Amino acid sequence: MKPYRTHVMLCAGTGCVSNGAFKIKESLEREIERHNLQDEVAVVMTGCNGFCAQGPVAVVKPDEVFYQLLSEDDIAHLVEEHFLKGRPVRKLMYTPPAEKAPVPKMSDIGFFSKQRLIALRNRGMIDPEQIDEYIARGGYTALVKALAEMTPTQIVGEIKRSGLRGRGGAGFPTGRKWELVANAKRIPKYLVCNADEGDPGAFMDRSIIESDPHSVLEGMIIGAKATGATHGYVYIRNEYPLARERLAKAIAQAREYGLLGENILGKDLSFDISIQQGAGAFVCGEETSLIASLEGRAPEPRVRPPFPAESGVWQAPTNINNVETWATVPEIINKGAKWFSSIGTETSKGTKVFSVVGKVKNTGLVEVPMGITLREIVFDIGGGITDDKKFKAVQTGGPSGGCIPESLLDLPIDYEKLAEVGSIMGSGGLIVMDEDTCMVDVARYFLEFLRDESCGKCTACREGIDVMYNILVRICEGNGVEGDIEQLEDLAGAVKDASLCALGGTAPNPVLSTIRYFRDEYQSHIQDKRCPAGVCKALITFSIDPDKCKGCRLCAKNCPQEAVSGQAKEPHTIDQDKCIKCGVCADVCKFDAVLIV
Amino acid sequence: MSKIKPEDLGRIREKMARTMNLREGAARARITVHMGTCGIAAGARQIMSTVLNLVEQNGGEDIIVTTSGCAGLCSREPMMTVELKGQAPVKYVDLDEGKTGRIFSEHVLSGAIVKEYALAVGSERIG
Repeated sequence: MKPYRTHVMLCAGTGCVSNGAFKIKESLEREIERHNLQDEVAVVMTGCNGFCAQGPVAVVKPDEVFYQLLSEDDIAHLVEEHFLKGRPVRKLMYTPPAEKAPVPKMSDIGFFSKQRLIALRNRGMIDPEQIDEYIARGGYTALVKALAEMTPTQIVGEIKRSGLRGRGGAGFPTGRKWELVANAKRIPKYLVCNADEGDPGAFMDRSIIESDPHSVLEGMIIGAKATGATHGYVYIRNEYPLARERLAKAIAQAREYGLLGENILGKDLSFDISIQQGAGAFVCGEETSLIASLEGRAPEPRVRPPFPAESGVWQAPTNINNVETWATVPEIINKGAKWFSSIGTETSKGTKVFSVVGKVKNTGLVEVPMGITLREIVFDIGGGITDDKKFKAVQTGGPSGGCIPESLLDLPIDYEKLAEVGSIMGSGGLIVMDEDTCMVDVARYFLEFLRDESCGKCTACREGIDVMYNILVRICEGNGVEGDIEQLEDLAGAVKDASLCALGGTAPNPVLSTIRYFRDEYQSHIQDKRCPAGVCKALITFSIDPDKCKGCRLCAKNCPQEAVSGQAKEPHTIDQDKCIKCGVCADVCKFDAVLIV
Repeated sequence: MSKIKPEDLGRIREKMARTMNLREGAARARITVHMGTCGIAAGARQIMSTVLNLVEQNGGEDIIVTTSGCAGLCSREPMMTVELKGQAPVKYVDLDEGKTGRIFSEHVLSGAIVKEYALAVGSERIG
């Protein structure tokens, strides 16, 4: 086979696929063939590149040129200019917010250059559906090392010394968990990979499986040797069809190569993996709920002990880790505990993948060393706030995480530091909020989610979150009364203390953290019946500033209630009886003339 | 594909070396064929095809072949630049298949610059 001179690494993560990546692929292949370049230029579909905001994206190798926001119309020009004539196309490159000139090379783009990839080490570098490409990047060498050179105790020791902690959120030391299962006397034993990813704002688990499924499998096979487990389950939610498909392909390939099944790599280890589909529930982040769901029961947590290491799936000793944790394992075995523990902070080693979303310019998936500051993530990697508005808060850890204010932006991120300020690491969701966000409304929003997701087993969680939610609704509607804040704080304590699992244990975080850092906003709502951010509809009115209004009629044309009246070129007015406070007038006004008070 | 043994991993890596070197940008030699309109008119695509065939025949896993635009010397096309790791790039001009073959075996594979076809050593100063 003639060697290709160029590989176009086209992102086929879920984000880029929904932005038309497969159409781009067709266009690329058509144009490449039109120029008779099909023997010279290959199109490779990779997993998620991480820079989801700019999708569909592609990286051209070996030149490292990063192209973004591709559309079908661009492709003919791109193929002719770059692939035929060797002239990279500047207009399809990324221009950082503060700069004028585009940056051609991926490694020079701030979004990428501050990242350090361990769990995501192969993203964008391989075709996830080709096991040989994973092997070519050093895949399965850690397994060979673990099988040939290490005893189960040595593997557990290496993971313990590395300081790796569960990436699913709770941060329990992975090595200690493995040790418990390794020491369990009963057989069979099971491994579980939690790929349910209950946090609706996080997508690193999906992305890892989509871009590098073998990294998870290799981690689990090493875990099997370490713990003596004979079967593994990947519990993956039904809403992740692409990840499931790639995982199934990867499992089939691994079986074909003898990396799963009897006598793996000709050695004395037998282990297989099957996929278990879940319906996707937030409470499945709790191990015992996940086990219940995996066995076909309703996902309700149960009292621990016994811990899953003693009695898990089908009452057998079970070790559950999250996708990101499993994917990290082979790198630790390859490069050693010392290497891994040299990255990060005193208590939290290695890197963490964050899903950066919300009011930030560069949304996407980033992997950074523990100990990086929130400021670096939001401003250096994230590129700052959308439309250059003012930063207000960042919520870490998903729906039950806390909101961290601007004064704490220089906080180095690790499990303990986040807990100190009233938040959690969680699975690594990061929601950035700007000055137009009402923090009371944010708390209400997340409690609504948590109220729906509470499994209902514990009274404190089921009823407590509901009561808290209703108080927040009342405050947002302008019916807050003195004492509401204190009652919320009381209830929060009860919900935390009297819930079995982490869902109830963390559910009050959004409320407590917003009270802690934005108490004045609660007070404005309750005492002055004002929403300072202009979000809570019951507390705001829309009006038009006659000095700024040019009478362009744009708001009048767009108002769905026909509440705006006025002559062209004359200041307009809003009929308050008709206005439903949808905010369309403010969105369309080019002169900033709509006042929200 | 049947079941593999630990030593097969190395064999697979070797087989994939070219693909991965290209993606990782790790190469001992980089050959750039200039593909401006002038270059293509003078036969640069044939030169590219020849280079890729030579790479294939010689198992050049550590050679990256790429293109660039017009080098500004349209009358001397087809042109190519050969850059060995750690050495200054050399521009070759007025190429044909035979010259390309010699440059490949003498310069790219053996490290000896073919002076009679070379235009210059080094690149223009930028900025």
